[in-house]
Amino acid sequence: MAFQAITGQALAERLNEALDSPVDRWDGDAVWVQPSSVEQVARFLKDDEGLDFQYLNAISAVDFIDCFDVIYHLTSFRRQHKAVVKARLYGRESLALPSVYSVWRGADLQEREVWDLMGIHFQGHPNMKRIMLWEGFDGHPLRKDYL
Amino acid sequence: MPIRTEPMTVNVGPQHPSTHGVFRLRVTFDGEEILEVEPVFGYLHRGTEKLAEERSYVQIVTLTDRLDYVSSMINNQAYCLAVEKLLEVEPPDRGKYLRTIAAELQRIASHLMGVGFFLQDLGTLGTPLMYCFRTREKILDLFEMLCGARITVSYLRPGGVFADAPEDFWPALDQFLKDLPSEIGELEQLILENEIVMVRTRGVSPLPLDVAINSSVSGPVLRASGLQWDWRKVEPYDAYDRVEFDVPVAQNGDNYDRFRVRMQEIHQSARIVEQCVRQIEPGPVRLELPLVLRPQPGKEAYGRVEASKGELAFYLFSDGGISPYRCKIRSPSLINLTVTEHLLVGWKLADMIVTLGSIDINMGEVDR
Repeated sequence: MAFQAITGQALAERLNEALDSPVDRWDGDAVWVQPSSVEQVARFLKDDEGLDFQYLNAISAVDFIDCFDVIYHLTSFRRQHKAVVKARLYGRESLALPSVYSVWRGADLQEREVWDLMGIHFQGHPNMKRIMLWEGFDGHPLRKDYL
Repeated sequence: MPIRTEPMTVNVGPQHPSTHGVFRLRVTFDGEEILEVEPVFGYLHRGTEKLAEERSYVQIVTLTDRLDYVSSMINNQAYCLAVEKLLEVEPPDRGKYLRTIAAELQRIASHLMGVGFFLQDLGTLGTPLMYCFRTREKILDLFEMLCGARITVSYLRPGGVFADAPEDFWPALDQFLKDLPSEIGELEQLILENEIVMVRTRGVSPLPLDVAINSSVSGPVLRASGLQWDWRKVEPYDAYDRVEFDVPVAQNGDNYDRFRVRMQEIHQSARIVEQCVRQIEPGPVRLELPLVLRPQPGKEAYGRVEASKGELAFYLFSDGGISPYRCKIRSPSLINLTVTEHLLVGWKLADMIVTLGSIDINMGEVDR
């Protein structure tokens, strides 16, 4: 069985069918889910037999000035497939997203990094503090308005 | 009657001979036993991701050298693959083979450093480390022939490599491959069945597979816990789909297994290089691309390789400009540190140093 990517559309249909329509939109590779449903979606992606996303590859964040995308790259070793899930946050002040720490322990350091450098707070993370920079540092350097 | 002791918090590092760079562990001990541990890093944070937003796509190659500075070739490779995914191009065959040869030689060098310093942390005081350095030195000489540099190589470019190997590279590589089995054999003879190494590492700090997967651990650490997973096999890039190799795996996930898996991977890397040398044919080494690369706006790519430490990936987002709008680095060393607490709590100070060596982290990559 060759390793393959699950398309955004297939994943969106699966998510909308199983959960209370958490999907905002999708494109060829990725699904955007509502920020408030991130933890619920994560738990479903991990526990569902057919999807089986036991492994969180990476959490990335991109600053689009009027909004931020947080991107989750996922892999299933057993089912031999991968997928991309995104959450879009509008605005620039006090941004927050539910933490997936309780689903994937591997989110620990990555969520802290996103908070430190992008300024997106993860609610429910037990140790949400800066990771690369020191406490008391002003601003979040990977944002586009930080020079 | 046991003697009562008070818990004591100690900082190991940021400057400590066995912390593999500027790295600090805040540890609470009860006597010699570890009660709590918290890794603290960021001392080497240079803002590579921010810098990348100000450099052109080709210039960023030099930044990637400085991530995991004992495996620069593989960093170059991960970045170049990400850019090639953005541009939807592939390097010519000879370029692919040269990249594979360079990356596998680098993997041998990196694993030798990992193993050498692991044994150093164990208290072998120099001898095995010097055996490792001896072989690594020859690999660096080969790199010098390829690109003029030994550590910060920047040999790869989006679309291939920047220059073909010189003629005297091939006999030197043959000689190296001929000498390698006996050199590694000497090292293995010295340590693999060594009683002290076995007693100190077998069964120490085991990492169960479910914890490893849930904590996003990758590379030799994951394989030592029992999962046969290698991105070179799963998503073959460059010339990996044209060569045969095995993916070494172990079951217990203890310090010995992590070390053993690395030793076995050295043999597999040599096997890959030998096959590449046999298969490589004359031809162009680099795709003709414009000097300034401008991928399509709105496009993104997740370029990933199996680096010596684990899954190294570059997530690039293009806005159509001459530099990436966002360049995120998925660093295996950082994410492998997620399990520090699981591995260390309950073990003793002397094991802590060894276990840290067995994860094989590199601070250039952790802090970026």
